[in-house]
Amino acid sequence: MKIGIVCPYSWDVPGGVQFHVRDLAEHLIRLGHDVSVLAPADDETPLPPYVVSAGRAVPVPYNGSVARLNFGFLSAARVRRWLHDGAFDVIHIHEPGTPSVGLLACWAAQGPIVATFHTSNPRSRFMIAAYPILQPALEKISARIAVSEYARRTLVEHLGGDAVVIPNGVDVDFFAGAEPKAEWQGRTIGFIGRIDEPRKGLPVLMKALPRILAEVPDARLLVAGRGDEEEAVATLPAELRSRVEFLGMVSDEDKARLLRSVDVYVAPNTGGESFGIILVEALSAGAPVLASDLDAFAQVLDQGAAGELFANEDADALAAAAVRLLGDPVRLAELRERGSKHVRRFDWSTVGADILAVYETVTHGAASVAADERTGRRARWGTARD
Amino acid sequence: MTTLIWIAAALVVIGVYLSWTAGRLDRLHARIDAARAALDAQLLRRASVAQEVGTSGVLDPAASLVLYQAAHEARQAEEDQREVAESQLSQALRVIFGEEAQVEAVREAEGGAQTIAELTAAVRRVPMARRFHNDSVRAARAVRRHRVVRYLRLAGHAPFPLAFEMDDEPPAILDDRSAGA
Repeated sequence: MKIGIVCPYSWDVPGGVQFHVRDLAEHLIRLGHDVSVLAPADDETPLPPYVVSAGRAVPVPYNGSVARLNFGFLSAARVRRWLHDGAFDVIHIHEPGTPSVGLLACWAAQGPIVATFHTSNPRSRFMIAAYPILQPALEKISARIAVSEYARRTLVEHLGGDAVVIPNGVDVDFFAGAEPKAEWQGRTIGFIGRIDEPRKGLPVLMKALPRILAEVPDARLLVAGRGDEEEAVATLPAELRSRVEFLGMVSDEDKARLLRSVDVYVAPNTGGESFGIILVEALSAGAPVLASDLDAFAQVLDQGAAGELFANEDADALAAAAVRLLGDPVRLAELRERGSKHVRRFDWSTVGADILAVYETVTHGAASVAADERTGRRARWGTARD
Repeated sequence: MTTLIWIAAALVVIGVYLSWTAGRLDRLHARIDAARAALDAQLLRRASVAQEVGTSGVLDPAASLVLYQAAHEARQAEEDQREVAESQLSQALRVIFGEEAQVEAVREAEGGAQTIAELTAAVRRVPMARRFHNDSVRAARAVRRHRVVRYLRLAGHAPFPLAFEMDDEPPAILDDRSAGA
């Protein structure tokens, strides 16, 4: 099958959507499909052979932060040319609501279009205002995928209609097969994420830590992620600071080894999560997970069956649960086993099969993707300039 | 003179808008047709596999009869009975494949693994295709509700799109993704 995938965010900047697109493309290529990815990228950046650059992304203030996006005549022309050259059976657009190449592709194409919505909380006022502008482009999408039940609910609330839920994929065996590291073992609690991003929840964990150490004095906290380490431990009494170890940014291999080594992985995120890929990675590595009870997390953890949940932002609840888990090897072993079984549904072999089923459903009896002639007249100016 | 130019310009703008809206509607109707064809194909596929299992003699006679009957009804149903017949097939499948043992019995038969794989794919794809179909119906209805579209009859003679409502819950064992795809 000839598949075109559109990634709205810059290929040179690491991010959840980019990794998802990369893994999906590589998985489909391994299955023997013909895949091309269109993504914004600097012209100098070395790209994998299956990626086509949609031009350089420009930093623009958008939706409360500075996003690197892609629009204008040049990008529109590249999108059209990519659609024309690719002659795809289906195109798969990620985050079609973002003003970037995804939206341009949606506007410029006709035929079977699949779209994945990753974000769970688009700002309601913004979405209502943008609705009439987006609607003519979004109504071309023949199949919508939401990454979680929570994301689907938000999507249905804001745009109406319906979507199927297909979670993000993870290479389970990569994590399950990693070698544990002895120095990261022995009553260790793991945390991975941006240190200076309060929504990742490290402050909650820091608040709970003195209470955990009071009960389990030999416990250690291992923190992997970017940010100011001094500031992170500022709230901690001086004598406890030695119990926290910062590993800085870690490679994928070390991340897997860390998750294989820890006794408990804690995800104290306070909000803004639509899926929680890190939980899936922790489960893959067989790490017992203790996470805040965000909707998205509760769903990944099967409402608490595959990992423990504590009340969001409640440091006392977190401390109590961590102490209980660290002192109960039987429960930890049980969580490891349940998690490893449960996580199979997030493996690329399962997720990829579901995504292919969507492709096959929408291409059944439909013509292949083509450039939409009616938008063509205007975009052709752009072709002349490119 | 200038008034005439303004009127002409306004007429052109209105004309372009109407033609664009009609094109949009046309595309939405084409999308419904494609989604409906895909849904029909998946429903038919599911009924065929169910009928094969029903006539294979692998299951006990009672289960075979129930399954055969439901699959037959689903395939033969008139358009206005279709939703009910397909829902009944879903219920029959859930009852018959409610236990692991039944699935195993089919899997162990000659070529049974293939049949289970086909049945699994079919029961998972029906809800998918139905969601995509109903989503396209909703999108077309939203445009057709516009006053301009209604008064100028831009939708032409295309029938008002109807959602396909049915019970499409797959048997839990076949839908369990933790066992791998």
